[in-house]
Amino acid sequence: MHFAFTPEQEQFRDAVRRFLRDRSPPAEVRRLMDDERGHDPGVWRQMCQELGLGALHVPEDRGGQGFSVTELGIAFEEMGRALLCAPYLSSVLATTVVAEACAQEEAEQIVSRIAAGEQLAALALTEANGRWDAGGVELIADGGRLRGSKTHVIDGHAADLLIVAARASGSTGEEGLSLHVVAADAPGITRRCLTALDPTRKLAGIDFANVEARCISSDAAPALRRTLDIACVAVACELAGVAEALLESAVDYAKLRMQFGRAVGSFQAIKHKCADLLLEVELAKSAARYAAEAATVSDADLPALASLAKAAAADAAMRAARDCIQIHGGIGFTWDNDTHLWFKRAKSAEVLFGTPAWHRERLMRCSEV
Amino acid sequence: MSETAPTDPSADSVRREVREWLEANWDPNEDLVAWRNLLADSGWGMPVWPQQWHGRDLPQALAPVVEEEFARLGAVGVAKTGIRLLAAATLLEHGSDAHKARFLRRILTGEDTWCQLFSEPGSGSDLAGATTRADRHGDHFLVNGQKVWTTSAHHADYGLLLARTDWDVPKHQGLTYFVLDMHQEGVDVRPLKQMNGHASFNQVFFTDAVVPAENLVSAVGNGWQVAITTLMHERRGADGLRGVQRERDLPGRIYEQEREEIAVALEPYKWYPQRAGRVDLVLERAQATGRNTDPATRQEIAKLLTMARSAEWTARRARAAQQQGRPQGPEGSLGKLASSNIARQASHVHTLIAGANAMLAGEDGDLNGLIAEILISVPATSIAGGTDEIQRNIIAERVLGLPKEPRMDTGPFRDVKRN
Ligand SMILES: Cc1cc2nc3c(=O)[nH]c(=O)nc-3n(C[C@H](O)[C@H](O)[C@H](O)COP(=O)(O)OP(=O)(O)OC[C@H]3O[C@@H](n4cnc5c(N)ncnc54)[C@H](O)[C@@H]3O)c2cc1C
Repeated sequence: MHFAFTPEQEQFRDAVRRFLRDRSPPAEVRRLMDDERGHDPGVWRQMCQELGLGALHVPEDRGGQGFSVTELGIAFEEMGRALLCAPYLSSVLATTVVAEACAQEEAEQIVSRIAAGEQLAALALTEANGRWDAGGVELIADGGRLRGSKTHVIDGHAADLLIVAARASGSTGEEGLSLHVVAADAPGITRRCLTALDPTRKLAGIDFANVEARCISSDAAPALRRTLDIACVAVACELAGVAEALLESAVDYAKLRMQFGRAVGSFQAIKHKCADLLLEVELAKSAARYAAEAATVSDADLPALASLAKAAAADAAMRAARDCIQIHGGIGFTWDNDTHLWFKRAKSAEVLFGTPAWHRERLMRCSEV
Repeated sequence: MSETAPTDPSADSVRREVREWLEANWDPNEDLVAWRNLLADSGWGMPVWPQQWHGRDLPQALAPVVEEEFARLGAVGVAKTGIRLLAAATLLEHGSDAHKARFLRRILTGEDTWCQLFSEPGSGSDLAGATTRADRHGDHFLVNGQKVWTTSAHHADYGLLLARTDWDVPKHQGLTYFVLDMHQEGVDVRPLKQMNGHASFNQVFFTDAVVPAENLVSAVGNGWQVAITTLMHERRGADGLRGVQRERDLPGRIYEQEREEIAVALEPYKWYPQRAGRVDLVLERAQATGRNTDPATRQEIAKLLTMARSAEWTARRARAAQQQGRPQGPEGSLGKLASSNIARQASHVHTLIAGANAMLAGEDGDLNGLIAEILISVPATSIAGGTDEIQRNIIAERVLGLPKEPRMDTGPFRDVKRN
């Protein structure tokens, strides 16, 4: 396990940070929040084609860039800091599951188009029961046709291609799970953009009324499990970035803001809050980075580590969000102040792929062998 | 006890008197303002106010008797919404007779709406650090600066203004209190949108706004003392929400007019119950979603209920002491801090219960977006009406008697560091 980044990795971080500083300033985040598509296609193409961020962690022979989850984690930390509005997480879900589930040639075909920014893909997994595990799938695949509904599908309304988790009728748990690809505008599909608490990440509800789709895997449970672990690591890294940005904003403001003839950061109440926050943010960052490394080296403990990191980062980000508003005082509660944008991302990502309580329980289950 | 009251009235005689008066005068088809003028004349609208100013000098303890009789007949009372009663209380204590004669009646009839111009972008916790200036020019003052968090400013007729008139004395001594006419060119009111999407407040900008000298309340340099009166009355009610009138679904012209008034006055407060965390919804929601079977969630709910109920009992202890005429103990100072903790824990519990649906808002969100509104409104509770940090300072210094922080703002205000 590495506890420091290589010079190349640091360079990569700098490049992503510079790009995002330029392309994802708060004004742009606010513009895209109100845009139904939720991203700027030009910026997305640049991210894929110039920075090579699409399918960063997928092996080259499967259509990706051949980097590791460690690099992916770096990208997510930076995206969390900048609150980037882009179909990045959805692409990671889609390319990971395809790369894991499909035969090499088919994977390469699908992933390379997503990685090139030519096609947007979304993984349709969660349903009305709100579960993020493979066992929660209820949508039925029957003779190559899909019947059922998905919800909370990240970027599902903007996607060109849907990758749908389904099960054989009569099956339960992790048995009988399959993956299907279908063009998002295929007959029988109805999509609806949902109103999201975090408007920087778009969600869709999708109904499938006897939709003809191509099966790409009929034993999808392992691929879905691995994909969700990687997704949890990615979101943990993103939340570590969110938390760090919030901490920096809080500290900057505490140094600047005068009340009673002194900077509010000179009051111990505020100082200690910032110091406690730094502790929590650094712990979460360590957990997220360790989990990313674990995915990179295919550590068998990845499920436990992904859960640990996700729970820690979600708690740290929520605390940072609360404290950042509190330290800003009234202005932190206003729309024109940017803090709430990060607050909403933190709140929404707290439950995405499972609440911290759920992940802690999973950590315990994985740990007690 | 007032000097003008001829005899010490008993509850029975007051009850008889108000009942007779109401039976003779109450008419649900009367015009609202006309009826309230009658209340102002009779003193039954604000019976604890001085006889000379629309009251009857009744002791506070007998006020509930009058209220009961109004309620029994469904009789409408004087206007109480918004901050008009804060204005009235302040003017009764510090205003001149001319102020009282000019403003009190139209406060009670609801014809005039008031707002409170205290908080500024640069002075929130440190309210006495206000930098909005009022400069004397002969028979009037010119006001320049900015206020913020002003509820109802967009439809207010008058504002209670705290402004700096002297920059060379320590900060508390350089403030002066005015009644400002909101309908003038130098006053620009702009809505202030909050992170939950509501715009319940305003920013108010002054550019050479004019205040005639006769609108000065108390004396130049005495503004902080006057402001304390307003704030003390404010603390007695939850911020902004004091004296909420209940909507009544009864037939009659006067009720229609009252419903309209309430709808306008309460519009900014629609989300206030959500910011307190809506503890009332928790058990029901846990059952409806099946989350009540999850041990981790159960523990968090139980913690929340423990906090909420103990805080309620603590408030009851404080009230009971007050009713017995004993001084309040520490229990009276803790409610605000407790409510912040409760709101935060409630938000946490609502997140656990909603699970994935905590990501949704508006019509797609749980309870038609109400749960989402809780999640994004709760952060206000630990800021509005004095932050948690300020509450802790107050508790530590005034209740526990810990030494005060050394002050860095005691010199002439001109030299105090500010943004
Ligand atoms: C929803 C809402 C409703 C409001 N309604 C009203 C209203 O109706 N009328 C009105 O006048 N105002 C209202 N306000 C304003 C509110 O009173 C102020 O926001 C609050 O007092 C804090 O002041 P501030 O925003 O300037 O923050 P600041 O005072 O700048 O505080 C910034 C941070 O510094 C901390 N801090 C400041 N001083 C100290 C200290 N001495 N020791 C330790 N920490 C300190 C604060 O706790 C806070 O964390 C409202 C605010 C909100 C959010």
